[in-house]
Amino acid sequence: MSMPEILATIIFYLFSAVTIFSAAMVISSKNPVHSVFFLILAFFNSAGLMLLLGAEFIAMILVIVYVGAVAVLFLFVVMMLDIDFAELRQGFLKYLPVGAGVAAMIFLELLLVFYLSLTEPNALAPIRQPTPDVADVTNTQAIGDVLYTWYIYPFQMAGIILLIAMIGAITLTLRSRPNVRKQKISAQLARTAKDGMEIVKVKSGEGIA
Amino acid sequence: MDHHFFGNIGIFHYLIVSSLLFTLGICGIFLNRKNIITILMSIELILLSVNINFVAFSVKLGDLTGQIFAMFVLTVAAAEAAIGLAILVIYFRNRGSIAIEDVNLMKG
Repeated sequence: MSMPEILATIIFYLFSAVTIFSAAMVISSKNPVHSVFFLILAFFNSAGLMLLLGAEFIAMILVIVYVGAVAVLFLFVVMMLDIDFAELRQGFLKYLPVGAGVAAMIFLELLLVFYLSLTEPNALAPIRQPTPDVADVTNTQAIGDVLYTWYIYPFQMAGIILLIAMIGAITLTLRSRPNVRKQKISAQLARTAKDGMEIVKVKSGEGIA
Repeated sequence: MDHHFFGNIGIFHYLIVSSLLFTLGICGIFLNRKNIITILMSIELILLSVNINFVAFSVKLGDLTGQIFAMFVLTVAAAEAAIGLAILVIYFRNRGSIAIEDVNLMKG
């Protein structure tokens, strides 16, 4: 192995170890704020894993979307809600055996499927969008070429999904509180000196009843 | 087809990392039965592992479709997190807690 390959191998093991460790901390950490921070660490390291593969666009999108939007949203909600998280953690040890059992079973099945599918020579589907050489076309441009031509309708559908999510989140959390005194700009602008002020002659000793 | 991405690291290494992530996500759903925020984070972990799988196979096969679909998975993950957290916020506003064992108002 050459020196860059050794370096890449070391970096791969570093990134994957930190990813797995922080994923374990996400589900086992006592404080949900720590969970969110470990989630951010996991996203960053998975972006590093994808960078090692040469999929730099997906890696950067992962950082932007997951860390920049999703994780910050989680952080915001966790910090906004006033919850006793110690109470929510009850039952952690009770569910540990069944959870670990199911998880181990799923992991073994996944390994079995991967092993069988990778050793089967005819298992892989025909290539639909061959990756151009990195020397000619960068990863971002190659993705754009495919996404805006062959996958334009799914791309539009993704936009509609995001729009629906946005409208849904706004309508769900919007509330009209009746007792709040809001500023009415139109009423303020429509106000004239005539109806805003009244000159009253007050006779002395009588007041303005 | 070349069996290794770089050095000794091949598709199988990436698949093991992603299946470990997936397993930890499933495990998180089981362990944090009461804490819906951690359950949502576990779902994010599961979707992340799916993305790693997509990208690894995309690079192995030299087929860009995997990376395109990783983007769509990302879209769905973002939408799901936004809607899920919005539901969580209004649930907390109405009930004053997020214990999902109490979510039985509809008796479904």
